[in-house]
Amino acid sequence: MTQLLSIQDLRVAFRMGKGVRAEAVKGVSFDIDANQTVALVGESGSGKSVTAMSVLNLLPDNAERTGRILWKGQDLLGFSLRDLQAMRGKEIACVFQDPMSSLNPVLDVGSQLCEPLMTHMGLGKTAAMKRAEELLNEVGIPEPARRLKAYPHEMSGGQQQRVMIAMALACEPKLLIADEPTTALDVTIQRQILELLGKLKRTHQMSVLFISHDLGLVGEIADKVVVMRHGQIREHGPVKQIFESPQDAYTKALLACRPSLEGNPARLMVIDDHIAGRQAQQHAKAKDPNAPVVLEVRGLAKSFWLKQGLFGKREFKAVQNVNFQLRKGHTLGVVGESGSGKTTMGLTLLRLHEPTSGEVLFDGQNLLKLSDKERQVMRRRIQVVFQNPYASLNPRFTIGQTLVEPMAIHGIGRDLAEREQRARTLLEKVGLDGRAFGKYPHEFSGGQRQRVAIARCLTLNPEVLVLDEAVSALDVSVQAQVLNLLKDLQDEFGLSYVFISHDLAVVRFISDEVLVMKDGQVVEQASAEEILAAPKQDYTKRLLAAIPRGYQAQA
Amino acid sequence: MNTAANITTQSADGAAGSELQKSEGVWAAAWRRFNSDKVGLGSAIVVIAFLVLIVLAAFGLVAKNWQAEIGVPNAPPSFMGPAAKQATGAIDAPQGPNVDLSAVDPLAPRYAEWEERAKQFQTTEVPKAETLPLGGDRLGRDVLAKAIKGTEISVFVGLAAAIAATLIGTMLGAFGGFFGGKISDFLEWVYNVFESIPNILLIFAFAAVVGRGVGSVVIILALTGWTGMYRQVRAEFIKHRSREYVRSAEAIGASSFSRMFKHILPNVSHVVLVRMSLLTVGFIKAEVILSYLGLGVRVDQVSWGTMLAEAQSELILGHWWQLAAATLFMAVFVTAFSLMADALRDALDPKLRGLE
Repeated sequence: MTQLLSIQDLRVAFRMGKGVRAEAVKGVSFDIDANQTVALVGESGSGKSVTAMSVLNLLPDNAERTGRILWKGQDLLGFSLRDLQAMRGKEIACVFQDPMSSLNPVLDVGSQLCEPLMTHMGLGKTAAMKRAEELLNEVGIPEPARRLKAYPHEMSGGQQQRVMIAMALACEPKLLIADEPTTALDVTIQRQILELLGKLKRTHQMSVLFISHDLGLVGEIADKVVVMRHGQIREHGPVKQIFESPQDAYTKALLACRPSLEGNPARLMVIDDHIAGRQAQQHAKAKDPNAPVVLEVRGLAKSFWLKQGLFGKREFKAVQNVNFQLRKGHTLGVVGESGSGKTTMGLTLLRLHEPTSGEVLFDGQNLLKLSDKERQVMRRRIQVVFQNPYASLNPRFTIGQTLVEPMAIHGIGRDLAEREQRARTLLEKVGLDGRAFGKYPHEFSGGQRQRVAIARCLTLNPEVLVLDEAVSALDVSVQAQVLNLLKDLQDEFGLSYVFISHDLAVVRFISDEVLVMKDGQVVEQASAEEILAAPKQDYTKRLLAAIPRGYQAQA
Repeated sequence: MNTAANITTQSADGAAGSELQKSEGVWAAAWRRFNSDKVGLGSAIVVIAFLVLIVLAAFGLVAKNWQAEIGVPNAPPSFMGPAAKQATGAIDAPQGPNVDLSAVDPLAPRYAEWEERAKQFQTTEVPKAETLPLGGDRLGRDVLAKAIKGTEISVFVGLAAAIAATLIGTMLGAFGGFFGGKISDFLEWVYNVFESIPNILLIFAFAAVVGRGVGSVVIILALTGWTGMYRQVRAEFIKHRSREYVRSAEAIGASSFSRMFKHILPNVSHVVLVRMSLLTVGFIKAEVILSYLGLGVRVDQVSWGTMLAEAQSELILGHWWQLAAATLFMAVFVTAFSLMADALRDALDPKLRGLE
C-alpha cells in the first residue's frame, strides 16, 4: 500500500504569553496509508485533535509545530498559507464535531455545498448545483433536489452532519479528517453516520483519520488505532491487535471502562485501577425488591403551546402518560433519543416544568398539588444533576459557596462553620479533597465538576436524584469513575435515581428498571435484564443495535 | 467572598489532610489581569488623578477663587505673551490751542472739593495679570481654575447620572428578563414609549419640568439614559435564566430574588460595568450639550459645557484658549475613562478566562 500521510516526531507547543509554552503534542509519529482508516483515540486533553488539526495547520496563531508531516513525500510544515489553502478541502477535508455550529445558518445548504465546488473544482453555477445534488444523494439525504434549498435549522443533527460530510467529499479528497464526528449525535444517528463513512471510504477509495474518545466506537470502523495520552502515543497497531492483545495498561483500561451490554461488574474498572493492577469487584449487593416505594408517577403529561398564526395555539405533547414506581435504593433508567421527552419528564418531576396533568406521589404526597411552602420542603428531598458540568455550576461562586448555599436556604446545620464542615466531608465523599473548597469551577475538569454537582445535591440529604444525562458529556474513562461514584453513594445513602440517558449500555450498568421513550411516549418498560435480553419493541431493538460494540473478529 | 474569609478563621477543623488552598477570587483574578494591561493601568492612573483633582476642588483646596477676575479681559495664555496693545483712541488728539471750559462747565468749581475728599480713601489698583497659565475669559477669570472647577461638576454629573441610570436599567432589565410574560410586556411598552421620543426632545421635556441645577441635570440624564442599559441587561437575563446553573439553583430551592441578584447578576456584571462607563462618557457630553443650550447648571456654577458655550462668542474674537482648555480636559478624561472601561471589561469577563 502506498503511504499517503506520514507524521514524524510531531511536536506542537502553544505560546501562552510571557515566555510560557505549553506542549500539547510531544513527539507523535504515525502513518496513514491510502484507503485506510486510522483512529486517534484518547481522553480530552490528550492532544488528539491538535495532532489532526496540525496537518492542515488549522491551529490558532500561537501554535508552534516542529517535526515532519509528509503528504505524498512533501513536508506540509514548509507550505505557505496559499499552498495549504489550495490543499484544504481538495486533498484533505475535515468534518468537525458539532454540525450545528459548522454550517452557516443564513445560507441554504445548496449554496454552501456549491462554494468548494466552484472555488476548487472550477465548476460553473449550474454544474455545481447538479454535483451538489449528487453529493446529497450520495450521503443519503432523501429528496436531495428539494433539500438543496433548505436551511441548516430545518434539518436534524444527523442530516446536518451528512451535509458536512457531503461538503467534505465535494472535491474528492484523498484524506478525510473526522474530528469526533458523532459525539454530539444520538446513538442511532451515530450508527448511520459510521455506516455512511464506511461506505464512502469504500466507494471513493479514500483514507480517513477518525478522532474519538470512545474506543468501542473506533473498533467498528478503524483499520489501525493510535492511542494517545498526555500528548504522547501510548500504543499503536492494527485494530485486531489493540482489541485482542493490548499491550499498554492504559489501552487495557480504556477497553475495560466502557460499560458493556453483556453483564457488568459491580464497579467499572477505571484507569487508575488498571495501572495499579487492581481487579474489578465482581459481585454486587443484591437489592431489596420489597423496598418501600418513594416515588410514584401516574399519567404524567406535559404539553407546550406553540403559537400558530395570529391568535392560534397548537399543542405539542412533549410527554404523555408516563407511569412508574421507584423504590428506595433503586434506579430507574430512562432511555430515548433527543426529542423523546425524557429530559422534560425529569424536569417535570422536580416541577422545574409545570406538568399539564398527572400525579407525582412522593412518599404518598402529591408533589403537584403542594403549596409553595410545602414544595420548598419537598425540593430538598428530590434533586437534579444536569448534563453539562461546565454550565451547571455558577462560575462566580467558589466550590465552598456552591455547597453551602443550599444548606443555608434550607437551614441545614446550625451555623456557617458547621455547614462548611459538612461540605468538606461531602467533598471527600465524592472523591475531591478539601483543597477544592476555595477554588472556582473553571479550575476543575468536567468529571470533577460533575462530582461537585453531585456533592451539592447531597448537601440536602435527598432521597431521589434525577440524573439528566449526567455522564453523557464526559469521556468514557471519566464516565466510569462517575458511574462508580453514583453506585457507591447509592449503597451508602440508599438513594433512588432517575437516570436519564441516551446510552443504553450506561443505563444497563446502573439501572434496575428501564423506560424506553419515543416521541413523548413510553414504548417499553421492563427490568434492565429483560430489555436487553428480550426487547419487545422494534424501537428498543434499534437502540440496542446502534450501540458500538468495539472490534468484532470477522467470522 | 465572605465565605472565603470565614474559612480561614476556622481552618483548624483538622479534616483529614484537607489543608485549605485558597484560590484567588474572581475580583483578585480580575485585578491581576487588569494589572497586566499597560494601557488600562495608565488610563486608570489618569482617571484617578482626575478624581483626586475633583476631591481637592470640592474641598476648596484648588480653584477656589475661580470667580475672581485676576487677569485682564481675555488674557492670553502665558506661553503666548501679553496681547499686543491695541490703539484705543479712535480719533486723533485735536491740534488747536487749549480752551478754558470752566466758564461753561457747571461742575468746574467742585473739582477741587472732590479731589480733597477722594484723598480720604485709600485706593489700591489691583494689578491685572497680562497673561494667565491657560489664558483668561472675557471677565479675566483664570481658564485653568474654571476648567478644574468645571471638571468637578461635569464628572460628578456624568458619574451620578450613570449610576442612577444603571440602577434603573438594571432593575427593570432584571425583572423584565427574568420573569418574562406580562411584566416583560409592560416594561417593553414603557421602553418603547421612551425610545419613540427623540432623545433631545425628551431631555427638553424633563428639563422644563425639573428646572435648572446640578441635581436636575442628573435626574434628567438618568431618566432619559436608562433604556440602553435596560435592553442589554434584559437580554443577558433572558440568556442566563435558562442556563443550567440557574436551573440547579432553582432545584435547591433558591428564591427568585436570590437567583436574580446572587446568581445571575454577578455573571452579567461585566456587561453592566462596561455599559455604565459608556453611559458616564455619554452623560458628560450630554451635560455639555445641556449647559450649552442653557438647560444645564446654574449661572454661578461652571462646567465644561458652560465653558464651551462661552467659547462660542470668544472664538469670533480669536480667543480660542477657553475652548481649548475645556476640550483638552474633556478629551483626556473621556479617553482615559473609556480605555479603563475597556480594560475592565476584558479583566472581568468570565468567558475570556482560559485564554490567558
